[in-house]
Amino acid sequence: MACLNEESDLNAFDFAPVWLTLRLATTTTLFLLLIGTPLAWWLARTSSWLKIPVGALVAMPLVLPPTVLGFYLLMTLGPQGPMGQLTQTLGLGTLPFTFAGLVVGSVLYSLPFVVQPIQNAFEALGTRPLEVASTLRAGPWDRFFSVAVPLARPGFLTATILGFAHTVGEFGVVLMIGGNIPGATRVLSVAIYDHVEAMEYAQAHWLAGGMLLFSFLVLLALYGFGQRTQRVGP
Amino acid sequence: MKYLNWIPVLIFGLLTHVAAADEVHVAVASNFAAPMEKIAAEFARDTGNMALVSSGGTGKLYAQIKNGAPFEIFLSADEATPAKLEKEGLSVAGSRFTYAIGKLVLWSPKPGYVGPQGEVLKKGDFRHLAIANPKLAPYGRAAQEVLEKQGVWQPLQSRLVFGENIAQTHQFVSSGNAELGFVALSQIRQDSAEHQGSFWLVPQTLHAPIRQDAILLARGKGKTAAEQLLKYLKSDKATTIIKRYGYGLPE
Repeated sequence: MACLNEESDLNAFDFAPVWLTLRLATTTTLFLLLIGTPLAWWLARTSSWLKIPVGALVAMPLVLPPTVLGFYLLMTLGPQGPMGQLTQTLGLGTLPFTFAGLVVGSVLYSLPFVVQPIQNAFEALGTRPLEVASTLRAGPWDRFFSVAVPLARPGFLTATILGFAHTVGEFGVVLMIGGNIPGATRVLSVAIYDHVEAMEYAQAHWLAGGMLLFSFLVLLALYGFGQRTQRVGP
Repeated sequence: MKYLNWIPVLIFGLLTHVAAADEVHVAVASNFAAPMEKIAAEFARDTGNMALVSSGGTGKLYAQIKNGAPFEIFLSADEATPAKLEKEGLSVAGSRFTYAIGKLVLWSPKPGYVGPQGEVLKKGDFRHLAIANPKLAPYGRAAQEVLEKQGVWQPLQSRLVFGENIAQTHQFVSSGNAELGFVALSQIRQDSAEHQGSFWLVPQTLHAPIRQDAILLARGKGKTAAEQLLKYLKSDKATTIIKRYGYGLPE
């Protein structure tokens, strides 16, 4: 019992979950931008019949309870699941209970928050700037990187902020596939849940209050930016 | 537009419900949720009163009770939390009693793996051993004690994964993500997994007894149905169910 009490005293100053959460959110956001940008571009441009089903799939995490996602991730990434079998044959082991597993879960969970703003920004461009660029003999890659991406900058900024913030605020998925390992999968939201369950309300207040402030500042930045671009915009 | 008249009626209908007989609101620790549902069904048959069962982690239920949750009876997973509620005046003094004693097992879905004395712990040929968070769950605390007594708590540190409660710990093992874990006997009895995998029923000498206490909350004071249900928990019918689920009973 003595060792448990010492542990909870230490936890009062335990910033590990905070750093871990920031690391997770940063990694997740980078992957989301890498995956989300081409996906958003395709969704914005295509006239394929696949556009609607793919768009619906991307939006699924908006309506699904995170526990559904967490449950299926635990099953499919586990040693008996199809993805788990794949990662094991590749010699990677299984993903639940690892930081990499949390990144996979978070990427899926925050996908619509990144894809949709970028897709909207690409759609708002219309075809004209790209046609003009093409008459100036800009190739497809050039058109994309020197015309589409700079013009869609507000969309990218919104996507980055939302993807990051949404990952920080994630709970259900990490709870179900994380295993609550200090330094690897015990993120902020799980640490707060633990403190409340353990009736350590003081520690819970510090972390929860910090989250409250963080969320407000993020949204303040987001809306502030939205206002400014509206005024400056064409 | 004339359909608008129906909106208040609809809202009223959604916000109220008709209570048939007397109702008792019971908060129960997740490990005891299944037997409690069974007991509630028997209770309804015998008395005509309904027990509405809400299950969750003991710590969360405590926080809810403290903040005005409408529970009348609390079946905890430990003895400390009901004692705390009593001290804080949130329960009826003298109503506390042990309704079940939890039994801890080391379980794996793999047949012949755990060994009759839990030898697998010393062999250590596994990647993940799941236990309930010792800070939160009495079964986790008991598991830690067992591992310490076996001298493997330190060496196994890097392989431990923690469930928020005993239910999640069971889920980690049953999904195969952890090869084995310390769970409640009641859980593997429930899905008859004890016949398929392998398990070691941990001797009660290796950890402090997991006494699960019940208490009549302040909101249930003087409510006949609530007092009836507490008494019913000690009846032969209820104790048979409790034993069948793999719990011990106080002497």
